[in-house]
Amino acid sequence: MAQADAGPALTGASGSGRSRSGLVTADGTPLRRALERAERRRKLAAFLLVAPLLAFLLVVFIFPIGQMMWRSVDNPQVVDAVPRTLEALRGWDGNELPEERVFAALHADFMADAELPRREQKIGPMGIRLNYELSAARGAISRTGRNVESFEPPYKEAFLDQHRLWGDVELWRIIQREGRPLTLSYYVAALDRQYDADGSVVLRDENRRIYVSLFMRTLALSVAITFLCFLLGFPIAYWMSILPMRYANLLMICVLLPFWTSLLVRTTAWIVLLQQQGVINTMLVTLGIIGDDNRLSMIYNMTGTIVAMTHILLPFMVLPLYSVMRTIPPSYMRAAKSLGATPATAFRRVYFPQTLPGIGAGAVLVFIISIGYYITPALVGGQTGRMISNEIARHMQQSLNWGLAAALGTMLLVGVLILYWAYNRLVGADTLKFG
Amino acid sequence: MKQQMLKTLGTSGAVSLLALGAAQANDPVSLTIVSWGGAYTQSQVRAYHEPFMEANPHVTIINDDGSANALAGLRAQSQAGNVTWDLVDMLPSDAQLACDEGIILQIDHDEMLAAAPDGTPASEDFLPGSLGECFIPQIVYSTVLSYRPDAFPADNQPSSIADLFDVENFPGRRALQDRPGTNLEWALYADGVAPEDIYDVLATPEGVDRAFAKLDTIKDHIIFWTEGAQAPQLLADGEVAFATGYNGRMFDAIEVEGMEADIIWDGQVVEWDGWVVPADGPNIDLVMEYLYFATDTQRLADQAKFISYGPARASSAELVDVHADLGIDMNPHMPTAPENYFSPIILDNDFWTDYGDELRERFANWMLQ
Amino acid sequence: MFDTRDDAAFVRFDRVQKSYDGSTLVVKDLNLDIARGEFLTMLGPSGSGKTTCLMMLAGFETATSGDILLGDRPINNIPPHKRGIGMVFQNYALFPHMTVGENLSFPLEVRGMGKSDREAKVKRALDMVQMGSFAGRRPAQLSGGQQQRIALARALVFEPEVVLMDEPLGALDKNLRERMQYEIKHIHESLGVTVVYVTHDQTEALTMSDKVAVFDDGKIQQLAAPDTLYERPENAFVAAFIGENNTLRGRVTAIEGDICTVRIGGDMQVRALRVNVDGEGAETTLSLRPERVQIDAGEDRFDNIFTGKVQELIYLGDHIRVRVSVAGNDEFIVKVPNATGERKIKVGEELRLGWTAADCRALDPS
Repeated sequence: MAQADAGPALTGASGSGRSRSGLVTADGTPLRRALERAERRRKLAAFLLVAPLLAFLLVVFIFPIGQMMWRSVDNPQVVDAVPRTLEALRGWDGNELPEERVFAALHADFMADAELPRREQKIGPMGIRLNYELSAARGAISRTGRNVESFEPPYKEAFLDQHRLWGDVELWRIIQREGRPLTLSYYVAALDRQYDADGSVVLRDENRRIYVSLFMRTLALSVAITFLCFLLGFPIAYWMSILPMRYANLLMICVLLPFWTSLLVRTTAWIVLLQQQGVINTMLVTLGIIGDDNRLSMIYNMTGTIVAMTHILLPFMVLPLYSVMRTIPPSYMRAAKSLGATPATAFRRVYFPQTLPGIGAGAVLVFIISIGYYITPALVGGQTGRMISNEIARHMQQSLNWGLAAALGTMLLVGVLILYWAYNRLVGADTLKFG
Repeated sequence: MKQQMLKTLGTSGAVSLLALGAAQANDPVSLTIVSWGGAYTQSQVRAYHEPFMEANPHVTIINDDGSANALAGLRAQSQAGNVTWDLVDMLPSDAQLACDEGIILQIDHDEMLAAAPDGTPASEDFLPGSLGECFIPQIVYSTVLSYRPDAFPADNQPSSIADLFDVENFPGRRALQDRPGTNLEWALYADGVAPEDIYDVLATPEGVDRAFAKLDTIKDHIIFWTEGAQAPQLLADGEVAFATGYNGRMFDAIEVEGMEADIIWDGQVVEWDGWVVPADGPNIDLVMEYLYFATDTQRLADQAKFISYGPARASSAELVDVHADLGIDMNPHMPTAPENYFSPIILDNDFWTDYGDELRERFANWMLQ
Repeated sequence: MFDTRDDAAFVRFDRVQKSYDGSTLVVKDLNLDIARGEFLTMLGPSGSGKTTCLMMLAGFETATSGDILLGDRPINNIPPHKRGIGMVFQNYALFPHMTVGENLSFPLEVRGMGKSDREAKVKRALDMVQMGSFAGRRPAQLSGGQQQRIALARALVFEPEVVLMDEPLGALDKNLRERMQYEIKHIHESLGVTVVYVTHDQTEALTMSDKVAVFDDGKIQQLAAPDTLYERPENAFVAAFIGENNTLRGRVTAIEGDICTVRIGGDMQVRALRVNVDGEGAETTLSLRPERVQIDAGEDRFDNIFTGKVQELIYLGDHIRVRVSVAGNDEFIVKVPNATGERKIKVGEELRLGWTAADCRALDPS
């Protein structure tokens, strides 16, 4: 064993009696097997070394993402709450109001639910679920739930008396459609679409479409922010790369400052600078560049979001650019000039192409991070500067429609993956240099 | 059984004595109480927490400023099977959702809460319509309109919600909250709908269109705010001429910080705020003791010493006193003061739980246009 | 290709000074003429100012004062890309994102040359350095020597009249370096281009150059052909820097025409060629090449004969280095050829050493 651990020790290279098995270690194991065993042990050790990280990723990353994706299609509320009704609705054509036996089944479901301990009751969650599809459905169901014990046959009349929605074929269609354990309706909603009476997917009313245009705006804003970061970051990174290390480090600290200030301090600073009575506007007015009644709107709109996010994300552009530029010797530019290129041509044809891996890495970082930002846009974005993540956060925290939040999140994730894939195809992800 | 005994004992002094007696037998315990943070949590600390802890030395109260996302937090804790919050301060509409989901306890108000000093049972002493299935109200607050007097000539100061929608006579930017609630109600109110009819109109598609049409008339003059602290800040910085905001925050900004602004009580949107008890919380018995203590007539009146929100009990109204630090009489600053309560719009939580999703989408769409 | 003014200066440095910080001069007073078609090497230790001179010629540094002329034209104010000077860099500076062909095509493209002409010239240049089949490769796929050839081809492909080379062989191993030296020399001869070459390697300088300018302390210490430089160094620095050298310090006691007598140490009197001494009584440094010292010298043939004790023998194959103690100087070196018939020297032996006055140059005190 000890020999195998230390690496196979050779005894006889060609013992005549056992030449068939080739080389053999001191304890008689064939060398090939000993090597394989050592290799296996090395692999096991390597795996054990990364195992904690793997477990960590699994718990905090892969599992939650899987859970999010699952939530975007998971649809247990109706199935769990009214199994008898769904059974009775089987074969219903969706045109006329269901007949009495369906209402009787619904009554039975309500009664059975009321028997359960409060925590296990399913009718309440179903009301919340159905309200996503049809306004006032929650009210209809909770009011019915409070009074259902006093219902007498015929139940159809009793239900219709209780709330007008029970007489709405639409509600019954929704119960039937969402009476399945998996649903696509969150994705339908996330794409600004809805089911019509035939069950086909159509666009929503114009004045309720928000998510597609928010996705588009998020993309546009992220592209704009990425481009601005590039425009501002490139010269800084270049300057740092040619400065002596001491000054470059000082400049780097300046670039990293936004990382070290709290969100509140940063936001306050932007407000003080950008608002209409703020420093910049007042300065412009004092200098007579703009009139007092023409002060610029630079915050609580798209400009605010772009300014603030460019500020925060600039380091993500500067760091990879700087690390790439630092490795480009000045002799390339000199060589290009000595070969007859003007400084502009030398820069464009020789220097710039070599910074592309840094630009790519910086752009991918800034773009992906900005696509998911939501606190800053909420604080300084006003009505035109908000992004899709603000809606996701709202559904997570306020409306509690986690299915829709999950669908929007999954779409965002898939979108980012598609963009990354496209980048990989066009430019090649292996060319990225993050630092 | 214990609750029964508490009820018969009646006064808070007896409760304290009893709790004190129990304390000797009890191990140290901490209660995590979730609230809104800032001045509001401070008012609760001084009016409720401190006296309760004094009477129960074994209890430590930990404040968690998580109310803004309390609904998500409650659901997440319940689904994870690890409830760490003992008591949560939230809005009745959120409480209703949580109640429907079964993640907070149902409340039997007469059973669990103290009666008024004159013996009126709790269910009759709390203001009409404020009690919820799972909800115990503490305060009445309102969303009010405020303005900078210096933004307008002295002989032409705004005085009504209609003035908010009148950009010709009252130019300047307006800071509104970035959600449909209050904004739609005011649009209809300014358009001539009586306060008591607003929700009936808003429940019809035509009513919604009418509200948005009214909002369209001021759309170019709006700055939307998200966090409660933003509204007074925008007003203080002179960024806007009008701002909507919670009356307590505005009181604080005007009376404590000295901001130059006036409140328009016309069309104030009145809502409750109160307690819910997470189901499966770690210390439910102790929480019930706390609730019994903290929602009695005196305690609710005490809170008004620290913040200008009205007590949710009728019997507390006459006990409202002067501000503990400023020494000014708090009665004129209560949303429920007669001189302020002339045209209130009572926020209809059932309406918002039913139509909220749809209207929020419509509102978001409107903001995007 | 050559014009008639072959001997006239083609590149001229005229009282050029350079200072980076405004107080210390890195190039003190440079006057240098380089003839058309000449291979001139700037040789010197690091920090001697040679690379600065090259960079000023290339246009990457500007002279603080003085003129640099190319042809008859002052080029001080002409930016590098308009000077038409080819350059080979120490690390080759091949553009890593371009293929070899694109690298060579680059200078032609920026001059607006048509595609077919470019291709022909690139091919010719690649063939010249025997890299014809490498046009499609990236620089990173080439060995150091191959990159060196490409860099050379790129500097020549646009047919500049002057090519600058900044220690181009520094990164190569010894064998490759020697081969490249011959190749560069060969290309220079066949193209007739003017080459200004910077190195700190004296062997390289002596092997390749028509003329060598030895730099030290921001000045040219001597400008001469390689043989002159070795055999007739004009000051102590050049004598010590080029080749191996015995340095003897002393004071001039007498001068008779070209010959002076110098007293070394106690009573040792050496007759030496007067090259760079101020006069009688002046301090001087004597320079004597080790191979010019004869052992077992006969009285008649040498102006100087001394005895010394052998301290150490170092066997070097073709010759033996003998370290001898002469007149209190333990570092005196004699090179004895390892030829047939040479006798065996032993440590501790007393040797008679002799050398002529002409081989012993009296230079400035250093």
